[in-house]
Amino acid sequence: MHIPDGYLGPATCGFFYLVMLPIWTTASRIVKKTLNARQVPMLAIGAAFSFVIMMFNIPIPGGTTGHAVGGVLVAILLGPWAACIAITVALVIQALLFGDGGITAIGANCFNMAFVLPFAGYYIYKMISYNCPENSKRRIIAAGIAGYFALNLAALFTGIEFGLQPLLHYTASGQSLYCPYGLNVAIPAMAGEHLLIFGWVEAIVTALVVKYLQKQDPVLLGMRKEVEL
Amino acid sequence: MKTIAKLWIGLGVLVLLSPLGLLFPEHFKAGAAWGEWGTEEIQKLIGYIPQGLAKFSSLWSAPLPDYAFKGQEGAGLSALSLGYIVSALIGILIVVALVFLIAKLLIKNK
Repeated sequence: MHIPDGYLGPATCGFFYLVMLPIWTTASRIVKKTLNARQVPMLAIGAAFSFVIMMFNIPIPGGTTGHAVGGVLVAILLGPWAACIAITVALVIQALLFGDGGITAIGANCFNMAFVLPFAGYYIYKMISYNCPENSKRRIIAAGIAGYFALNLAALFTGIEFGLQPLLHYTASGQSLYCPYGLNVAIPAMAGEHLLIFGWVEAIVTALVVKYLQKQDPVLLGMRKEVEL
Repeated sequence: MKTIAKLWIGLGVLVLLSPLGLLFPEHFKAGAAWGEWGTEEIQKLIGYIPQGLAKFSSLWSAPLPDYAFKGQEGAGLSALSLGYIVSALIGILIVVALVFLIAKLLIKNK
Protein backbone atom coordinates (compact mmCIF):
# COMPACT_ATOMS: atom_id res chain seq x y z
CA MET A 1 0.00 0.00 0.00
CA HIS A 2 3.10 2.25 -0.07
CA ILE A 3 2.65 4.25 -3.27
CA PRO A 4 6.13 4.82 -4.79
CA ASP A 5 7.41 7.97 -6.50
CA GLY A 6 6.22 8.30 -10.07
CA TYR A 7 2.85 6.60 -9.67
CA LEU A 8 0.88 9.69 -8.65
CA GLY A 9 0.97 12.92 -10.63
CA PRO A 10 2.06 16.24 -9.08
CA ALA A 11 -1.55 17.36 -8.57
CA THR A 12 -2.45 14.29 -6.52
CA CYS A 13 0.79 14.43 -4.52
CA GLY A 14 0.34 18.13 -3.74
CA PHE A 15 -3.33 17.66 -2.90
CA PHE A 16 -2.63 15.02 -0.26
CA TYR A 17 0.22 17.00 1.30
CA LEU A 18 -2.25 19.90 1.59
CA VAL A 19 -4.91 17.63 3.09
CA MET A 20 -2.46 16.14 5.59
CA LEU A 21 -1.05 19.47 6.82
CA PRO A 22 -4.08 20.45 8.94
CA ILE A 23 -4.47 16.82 10.06
CA TRP A 24 -0.86 16.72 11.28
CA THR A 25 -1.26 20.10 12.98
CA THR A 26 -4.47 19.03 14.69
CA ALA A 27 -2.91 15.73 15.73
CA SER A 28 0.02 17.58 17.33
CA ARG A 29 -2.30 19.97 19.11
CA ILE A 30 -4.53 17.21 20.47
CA VAL A 31 -1.68 14.90 21.44
CA LYS A 32 0.05 17.81 23.18
CA LYS A 33 -3.11 18.44 25.20
CA THR A 34 -3.95 14.85 26.05
CA LEU A 35 -0.78 12.77 26.07
CA ASN A 36 0.85 12.33 29.43
CA ALA A 37 4.48 11.46 29.95
CA ARG A 38 3.85 7.86 30.95
CA GLN A 39 2.10 7.16 27.63
CA VAL A 40 5.12 8.21 25.58
CA PRO A 41 6.86 4.79 25.70
CA MET A 42 3.60 3.19 24.55
CA LEU A 43 3.42 5.65 21.64
CA ALA A 44 7.02 4.81 20.69
CA ILE A 45 6.28 1.07 20.88
CA GLY A 46 3.17 1.63 18.76
CA ALA A 47 5.13 3.45 16.06
CA ALA A 48 7.88 0.81 16.11
CA PHE A 49 5.29 -1.98 15.98
CA SER A 50 3.63 -0.41 12.96
CA PHE A 51 7.03 0.07 11.31
CA VAL A 52 8.11 -3.55 11.73
CA ILE A 53 4.74 -5.23 11.07
CA MET A 54 4.72 -3.58 7.64
CA MET A 55 7.95 -5.46 6.85
CA PHE A 56 6.09 -8.77 7.13
CA ASN A 57 5.14 -9.12 3.49
CA ILE A 58 2.55 -11.80 2.93
CA PRO A 59 2.58 -13.40 -0.50
CA ILE A 60 -0.29 -14.27 -2.77
CA PRO A 61 1.39 -17.30 -4.40
CA GLY A 62 2.60 -16.34 -7.86
CA GLY A 63 1.12 -12.88 -7.45
CA THR A 64 1.68 -9.80 -5.37
CA THR A 65 2.42 -9.22 -1.69
CA GLY A 66 0.80 -7.13 1.00
CA HIS A 67 0.98 -6.54 4.72
CA ALA A 68 -0.82 -5.35 7.83
CA VAL A 69 -0.23 -1.81 9.13
CA GLY A 70 -0.77 -2.38 12.85
CA GLY A 71 -2.24 1.10 13.10
CA VAL A 72 -5.69 0.05 14.31
CA LEU A 73 -4.09 -1.40 17.41
CA VAL A 74 -2.26 1.87 18.12
CA ALA A 75 -5.54 3.76 17.65
CA ILE A 76 -7.37 1.46 20.05
CA LEU A 77 -4.68 1.89 22.70
CA LEU A 78 -3.86 5.60 22.38
CA GLY A 79 -6.61 7.14 20.26
CA PRO A 80 -6.68 7.98 16.54
CA TRP A 81 -4.74 11.28 16.73
CA ALA A 82 -1.81 9.74 18.58
CA ALA A 83 -1.95 6.80 16.15
CA CYS A 84 -1.83 9.28 13.25
CA ILE A 85 1.46 10.67 14.57
CA ALA A 86 2.92 7.23 15.32
CA ILE A 87 2.11 5.82 11.86
CA THR A 88 3.28 9.02 10.14
CA VAL A 89 6.68 8.67 11.81
CA ALA A 90 6.90 5.04 10.66
CA LEU A 91 5.90 5.93 7.08
CA VAL A 92 8.31 8.86 6.81
CA ILE A 93 11.24 6.72 7.98
CA GLN A 94 10.20 3.94 5.58
CA ALA A 95 10.19 6.40 2.68
CA LEU A 96 13.39 8.29 3.53
CA LEU A 97 15.60 5.45 4.72
CA PHE A 98 14.28 2.40 2.93
CA GLY A 99 12.64 3.77 -0.21
CA ASP A 100 9.39 2.07 0.82
CA GLY A 101 6.79 4.53 -0.43
CA GLY A 102 7.73 7.61 -2.43
CA ILE A 103 8.89 10.97 -1.10
CA THR A 104 6.33 12.71 -3.29
CA ALA A 105 3.64 10.27 -2.09
CA ILE A 106 4.19 10.74 1.65
CA GLY A 107 1.06 12.89 1.84
CA ALA A 108 -1.08 10.30 0.08
CA ASN A 109 0.42 7.34 1.92
CA CYS A 110 -0.10 9.09 5.26
CA PHE A 111 -3.67 9.95 4.30
CA ASN A 112 -4.44 6.28 3.61
CA MET A 113 -2.50 4.57 6.38
CA ALA A 114 -2.04 7.25 9.07
CA PHE A 115 -5.44 8.98 8.78
CA VAL A 116 -8.14 6.83 7.13
CA LEU A 117 -6.94 3.62 8.78
CA PRO A 118 -6.60 4.64 12.46
CA PHE A 119 -9.75 6.78 12.43
CA ALA A 120 -11.90 4.13 10.74
CA GLY A 121 -10.46 1.45 13.00
CA TYR A 122 -10.89 3.49 16.17
CA TYR A 123 -14.53 4.38 15.58
CA ILE A 124 -15.53 0.88 14.45
CA TYR A 125 -13.89 -0.54 17.57
CA LYS A 126 -15.55 2.05 19.76
CA MET A 127 -18.97 1.44 18.26
CA ILE A 128 -18.84 -2.35 18.65
CA SER A 129 -17.23 -2.36 22.09
CA TYR A 130 -19.43 0.45 23.38
CA ASN A 131 -20.09 0.13 27.09
CA CYS A 132 -18.50 -3.28 27.50
CA PRO A 133 -16.04 -3.96 30.30
CA GLU A 134 -12.29 -4.01 29.61
CA ASN A 135 -12.10 -7.80 29.85
CA SER A 136 -15.11 -8.56 27.65
CA LYS A 137 -14.81 -10.92 24.67
CA ARG A 138 -16.65 -8.40 22.57
CA ARG A 139 -13.56 -6.15 22.67
CA ILE A 140 -11.49 -8.85 20.95
CA ILE A 141 -14.11 -9.27 18.23
CA ALA A 142 -14.46 -5.50 17.89
CA ALA A 143 -10.68 -5.17 17.47
CA GLY A 144 -10.67 -7.82 14.72
CA ILE A 145 -13.57 -6.29 12.82
CA ALA A 146 -12.04 -2.82 13.14
CA GLY A 147 -8.70 -4.10 11.81
CA TYR A 148 -10.33 -5.81 8.84
CA PHE A 149 -12.50 -2.91 7.72
CA ALA A 150 -9.96 -0.16 8.41
CA LEU A 151 -7.24 -1.83 6.35
CA ASN A 152 -9.71 -2.41 3.53
CA LEU A 153 -10.87 1.18 3.57
CA ALA A 154 -7.24 2.34 3.37
CA ALA A 155 -6.67 -0.06 0.45
CA LEU A 156 -9.78 1.27 -1.31
CA PHE A 157 -8.50 4.84 -1.04
CA THR A 158 -5.11 3.73 -2.36
CA GLY A 159 -6.85 2.05 -5.30
CA ILE A 160 -8.81 5.21 -6.07
CA GLU A 161 -5.65 7.35 -5.98
CA PHE A 162 -3.85 4.96 -8.34
CA GLY A 163 -6.90 4.63 -10.59
CA LEU A 164 -7.47 8.37 -11.03
CA GLN A 165 -4.04 8.89 -12.63
CA PRO A 166 -4.83 7.75 -16.20
CA LEU A 167 -7.83 10.11 -16.13
CA LEU A 168 -5.72 13.06 -14.98
CA HIS A 169 -2.46 12.62 -16.87
CA TYR A 170 -1.84 11.25 -20.37
CA THR A 171 0.20 12.05 -23.43
CA ALA A 172 -1.20 13.11 -26.80
CA SER A 173 -0.80 9.52 -28.00
CA GLY A 174 -2.89 8.24 -25.12
CA GLN A 175 -0.10 6.76 -23.01
CA SER A 176 -0.35 7.21 -19.27
CA LEU A 177 2.15 9.52 -17.59
CA TYR A 178 1.98 7.98 -14.12
CA CYS A 179 0.08 4.94 -12.80
CA PRO A 180 -1.18 3.32 -16.02
CA TYR A 181 -4.10 1.43 -14.50
CA GLY A 182 -7.50 3.10 -14.25
CA LEU A 183 -10.17 2.81 -11.58
CA ASN A 184 -11.61 -0.30 -13.23
CA VAL A 185 -8.36 -2.19 -12.62
CA ALA A 186 -6.82 -0.46 -9.58
CA ILE A 187 -9.86 -0.64 -7.30
CA PRO A 188 -10.65 -4.34 -7.84
CA ALA A 189 -6.94 -5.18 -7.48
CA MET A 190 -6.35 -3.22 -4.29
CA ALA A 191 -9.72 -3.97 -2.72
CA GLY A 192 -9.75 -7.62 -3.79
CA GLU A 193 -6.41 -8.66 -2.33
CA HIS A 194 -7.08 -6.85 0.93
CA LEU A 195 -10.62 -8.22 1.29
CA LEU A 196 -9.38 -11.74 0.60
CA ILE A 197 -6.10 -11.85 2.49
CA PHE A 198 -4.36 -8.83 4.00
CA GLY A 199 -7.43 -7.48 5.82
CA TRP A 200 -7.59 -10.72 7.81
CA VAL A 201 -3.97 -10.29 8.85
CA GLU A 202 -4.68 -6.84 10.31
CA ALA A 203 -7.79 -8.33 11.97
CA ILE A 204 -5.90 -11.23 13.56
CA VAL A 205 -2.93 -9.11 14.67
CA THR A 206 -5.21 -6.48 16.26
CA ALA A 207 -7.49 -9.02 17.95
CA LEU A 208 -4.63 -11.14 19.29
CA VAL A 209 -2.78 -8.23 20.86
CA VAL A 210 -5.99 -6.89 22.43
CA LYS A 211 -6.65 -10.38 23.79
CA TYR A 212 -3.12 -10.56 25.18
CA LEU A 213 -3.40 -7.13 26.81
CA GLN A 214 -6.74 -8.03 28.39
CA LYS A 215 -5.05 -10.87 30.20
CA GLN A 216 -1.74 -9.15 30.83
CA ASP A 217 -2.65 -5.59 31.69
CA PRO A 218 -6.28 -4.50 31.15
CA VAL A 219 -5.40 -1.03 32.41
CA LEU A 220 -3.58 -0.41 29.12
CA LEU A 221 -6.86 -0.89 27.26
CA GLY A 222 -8.33 1.77 29.50
CA MET A 223 -5.50 4.26 28.82
CA ARG A 224 -7.39 5.21 25.70
CA LYS A 225 -10.02 7.00 27.76
CA GLU A 226 -7.54 9.65 28.79
CA VAL A 227 -6.70 10.56 25.22
CA GLU A 228 -10.24 10.67 23.93
CA LEU A 229 -11.56 13.99 22.75
CA MET B 1 7.58 -8.08 34.57
CA LYS B 2 5.90 -4.87 33.52
CA THR B 3 3.80 -5.00 30.38
CA ILE B 4 5.85 -2.29 28.67
CA ALA B 5 9.01 -4.36 29.14
CA LYS B 6 7.26 -7.39 27.65
CA LEU B 7 6.14 -5.33 24.67
CA TRP B 8 9.73 -4.17 24.02
CA ILE B 9 10.79 -7.83 24.08
CA GLY B 10 7.93 -8.61 21.70
CA LEU B 11 9.30 -5.97 19.31
CA GLY B 12 12.72 -7.63 19.51
CA VAL B 13 11.16 -10.97 18.59
CA LEU B 14 9.43 -9.33 15.61
CA VAL B 15 12.78 -7.91 14.46
CA LEU B 16 14.35 -11.38 14.56
CA LEU B 17 11.37 -12.89 12.73
CA SER B 18 11.21 -10.08 10.16
CA PRO B 19 13.08 -12.03 7.42
CA LEU B 20 9.91 -14.13 7.13
CA GLY B 21 8.48 -11.10 5.34
CA LEU B 22 11.24 -11.62 2.76
CA LEU B 23 11.43 -15.43 2.64
CA PHE B 24 7.70 -16.22 2.35
CA PRO B 25 7.16 -14.07 -0.77
CA GLU B 26 10.37 -15.53 -2.23
CA HIS B 27 9.20 -19.09 -1.53
CA PHE B 28 5.77 -18.55 -3.04
CA LYS B 29 7.21 -16.65 -6.03
CA ALA B 30 5.23 -13.53 -5.24
CA GLY B 31 6.48 -10.32 -6.80
CA ALA B 32 6.13 -6.69 -5.77
CA ALA B 33 3.03 -5.34 -4.08
CA TRP B 34 0.35 -4.11 -6.49
CA GLY B 35 1.33 -0.67 -7.80
CA GLU B 36 4.87 -0.86 -6.43
CA TRP B 37 6.61 -2.27 -9.50
CA GLY B 38 10.00 -1.05 -10.68
CA THR B 39 10.34 0.43 -14.16
CA GLU B 40 11.49 -2.89 -15.67
CA GLU B 41 8.45 -4.72 -14.34
CA ILE B 42 6.09 -2.05 -15.59
CA GLN B 43 7.69 -2.27 -19.03
CA LYS B 44 6.89 -5.99 -18.98
CA LEU B 45 3.35 -5.42 -17.72
CA ILE B 46 2.14 -2.74 -20.14
CA GLY B 47 4.83 -2.59 -22.82
CA TYR B 48 6.11 0.91 -22.05
CA ILE B 49 7.33 3.01 -19.15
CA PRO B 50 5.04 5.99 -18.48
CA GLN B 51 7.14 9.16 -18.96
CA GLY B 52 6.29 10.71 -15.62
CA LEU B 53 6.95 7.47 -13.83
CA ALA B 54 10.33 7.16 -15.53
CA LYS B 55 11.16 10.71 -14.49
CA PHE B 56 10.17 10.48 -10.83
CA SER B 57 10.71 6.84 -9.93
CA SER B 58 14.38 7.35 -9.10
CA LEU B 59 13.85 10.76 -7.50
CA TRP B 60 15.07 9.53 -4.15
CA SER B 61 17.99 7.23 -3.50
CA ALA B 62 17.35 5.63 -0.11
CA PRO B 63 20.39 4.58 1.94
CA LEU B 64 18.95 1.11 2.65
CA PRO B 65 16.77 0.45 -0.41
CA ASP B 66 14.08 -2.19 0.17
CA TYR B 67 15.49 -2.95 3.63
CA ALA B 68 18.81 -4.17 2.20
CA PHE B 69 22.34 -2.84 2.07
CA LYS B 70 23.18 -0.94 -1.09
CA GLY B 71 24.50 -3.20 -3.83
CA GLN B 72 22.99 -6.24 -2.14
CA GLU B 73 20.69 -7.00 -5.07
CA GLY B 74 21.19 -10.58 -6.16
CA ALA B 75 22.82 -11.57 -2.86
CA GLY B 76 21.88 -14.87 -1.22
CA LEU B 77 18.83 -15.20 1.00
CA SER B 78 20.86 -15.40 4.20
CA ALA B 79 22.70 -12.16 3.40
CA LEU B 80 19.41 -10.51 2.47
CA SER B 81 17.85 -11.77 5.72
CA LEU B 82 20.69 -10.23 7.70
CA GLY B 83 20.22 -6.94 5.83
CA TYR B 84 16.52 -7.15 6.62
CA ILE B 85 17.11 -7.66 10.36
CA VAL B 86 19.66 -4.83 10.52
CA SER B 87 17.22 -2.58 8.61
CA ALA B 88 14.41 -3.45 11.02
CA LEU B 89 16.66 -2.67 13.96
CA ILE B 90 17.90 0.65 12.56
CA GLY B 91 14.38 1.62 11.52
CA ILE B 92 12.93 0.88 14.95
CA LEU B 93 15.72 2.77 16.74
CA ILE B 94 15.13 5.86 14.62
CA VAL B 95 11.33 5.62 14.84
CA VAL B 96 11.49 5.29 18.64
CA ALA B 97 13.99 8.15 18.97
CA LEU B 98 11.83 10.36 16.75
CA VAL B 99 8.65 9.64 18.73
CA PHE B 100 10.42 10.45 22.01
CA LEU B 101 11.76 13.66 20.46
CA ILE B 102 8.34 14.72 19.16
CA ALA B 103 6.72 13.88 22.50
CA LYS B 104 9.38 15.86 24.34
CA LEU B 105 8.90 18.91 22.11
CA LEU B 106 5.11 18.75 22.42
CA ILE B 107 4.99 18.17 26.15
CA LYS B 108 7.69 20.76 26.88
CA ASN B 109 5.73 23.42 25.04
CA LYS B 110 2.71 22.87 27.26
